[in-house]
Amino acid sequence: MLRFFISRLALLIPTFIGVSIVAFSFIRLLPGDPIMLLAGERGMSEERYQQLQALYGFDQPLFVQYFNYMTDLLQGDFGTSIVTKRPVLQEFLTLFPATIELSLCAIIVAIAVGVPLGVIAAVRRGSWLDQTVMGAALVGYSMPIFWWGLLLIIFFSGILGWTPVSGRISLLYFFPPVTGFMLIDSLLSGQAGAFKSALSHLILPTIVLATIPLAVIARQTRSAMLEVLGEDYVRTARSKGLPPRRVIGLHALRNALIPVVTTIGLQVGVLLAGAILTETIFSWPGIGKWMVDSVFKRDYAVVQGGLLLIAAIIMIVNLIVDVLYGLINPRIRH
Amino acid sequence: MTSTNTKDPNAAVGLEGGTVIAVTRRARLAEFWYYFSQNRGAVIGLYVFLAIVAIALLAPLIAPHSPSLQNRGFFLLPPVWQEGGNWSFLLGTDAVGRDVLSRLIYGARFSLFIGVVVVSVAVSVGILVGLIAGYFRGAVDTVIMRVMDIILAFPSLLLALVLVAILGPGLVNAMIAIALVQQPHYVRLTRAAVMSEKGRDYVTAARVAGAGNIRLMFKTILPNCTAPLIVQAALSFSTAILDAAALGFLGMGAQPPTPEWGTMLAEAREFILRAWWVVTFPGLAILITVLAINLMGDGLRDALDPKLKRS
Repeated sequence: MLRFFISRLALLIPTFIGVSIVAFSFIRLLPGDPIMLLAGERGMSEERYQQLQALYGFDQPLFVQYFNYMTDLLQGDFGTSIVTKRPVLQEFLTLFPATIELSLCAIIVAIAVGVPLGVIAAVRRGSWLDQTVMGAALVGYSMPIFWWGLLLIIFFSGILGWTPVSGRISLLYFFPPVTGFMLIDSLLSGQAGAFKSALSHLILPTIVLATIPLAVIARQTRSAMLEVLGEDYVRTARSKGLPPRRVIGLHALRNALIPVVTTIGLQVGVLLAGAILTETIFSWPGIGKWMVDSVFKRDYAVVQGGLLLIAAIIMIVNLIVDVLYGLINPRIRH
Repeated sequence: MTSTNTKDPNAAVGLEGGTVIAVTRRARLAEFWYYFSQNRGAVIGLYVFLAIVAIALLAPLIAPHSPSLQNRGFFLLPPVWQEGGNWSFLLGTDAVGRDVLSRLIYGARFSLFIGVVVVSVAVSVGILVGLIAGYFRGAVDTVIMRVMDIILAFPSLLLALVLVAILGPGLVNAMIAIALVQQPHYVRLTRAAVMSEKGRDYVTAARVAGAGNIRLMFKTILPNCTAPLIVQAALSFSTAILDAAALGFLGMGAQPPTPEWGTMLAEAREFILRAWWVVTFPGLAILITVLAINLMGDGLRDALDPKLKRS
């Protein structure tokens, strides 16, 4: 098992180097000069230009720049935001909990709703229930989530007035972040109503972000269940008189979940892409909105560092999924 | 348009062995249509998609107004069935008095165009690269697959967003960026299919008969790898439309006043609580189009996947 883990980890290193080269090249291969872009319409004096070039190290040969960049990286220095002048890693770590909180809630909702729906659809194959669930799943899968978010805002915030439009918590409440997770922090703060406020801010973004993973998980669970339900061991379990609930829950679902786990792992990339849109719509202060804002502000240090950090996270999660997959399905380990 | 699309894979399959017999081709087409039409959703999807294609082609004829004409005095007019609606603007008008329905009709052109271009570029580049990787293996394969891993390590929308930021916002650059982030899927699929076909007897036979590498790759092996690629193409057609709309929504795709659906949504955002129709209809158009294509994709998969066919 350890060897399996290490061999997978070793495979990540060339990919990570490649990712760093891509992130590094992006801001260097630009048509136009990041420093002139920084100056905008005003332009700047020749002296100041040289000064800034030296400051950011743009006057050195590319491979020297890359080498310096990688050296800094390995020491945990992801560069400094051109706009806020704060270290990129620090900004990332401040904002990342907001994205994790949202993504975790979304994936929990997606699994908690998607898996049972998929099982029901498979067990009642061909029934109106199956058709309704699969129809809904296909709609969810086809959903432009940025529009879905706006619709939910129109209905629940605009017409019913139940939920706030944006942000993580009402401005009435203020407390220092402890864990970075608003749900936990609001409870720890002990302020009355803070938790409720945090929860009501979280509901709509969670629904929006959960929509596509939920649809994918429901579809995948259904087809995995259908495959497993036709297996001999399920027929054996049935014929020896086990109650259907036990056959489905124990014999079938456990085996059907193996491909579903992979699907769930693959949703991490989907979630982070979805977070870009969801966070933008709900002004959720996470890394998705941070990246979009930085792209618009042309804060290339942040874009470069952020790309690298996000890619690293996806790669690590994929590795964990691979290992988990190896644990629950020993056949693929070798 | 779609009927020729669906004919192609079967024509290609008919080519295996090098003889084209019209009868088998027609038989295969009939078989394909039999399985495709078993799936009611797929047939509905096909009809909806054909309707959207017709709307896009006939846009100048059926749109009641010009998509960019700003009707003064008719700002944010509600749809006709709501109080204050006007029969000449069926789905209402936007903030500068443009007819929403006409803009949606013209928007269909952009979405289909985006889908066609992105899929064509991603498919042709992906197949070529995947063929090379799967056929030659060795160092070439390793390098290609590592590069694909790197592209796949980023969330696709984020990578597309950054690429467009670098290339400059606009529809063409958005299409290039989306095609680039989509083609690794084709590379992987083609490579896997090529690797499993390469060892088959008919390939060896063709090689013994003196076929060169190029002929083996394109004429002998490729036609037998098309089924998964067609399914993937249908799915990525819808992803392309969604991603382009998302980029438009973020302000990095088609630029205003282009009546692209995502861009329309971005322009409408500030009116969401005042004028629901400027937000609702463009999104609905995206959803219907994407849903129709995904329904077709499911039908294609059922009809082309021999493993599922038997069950």
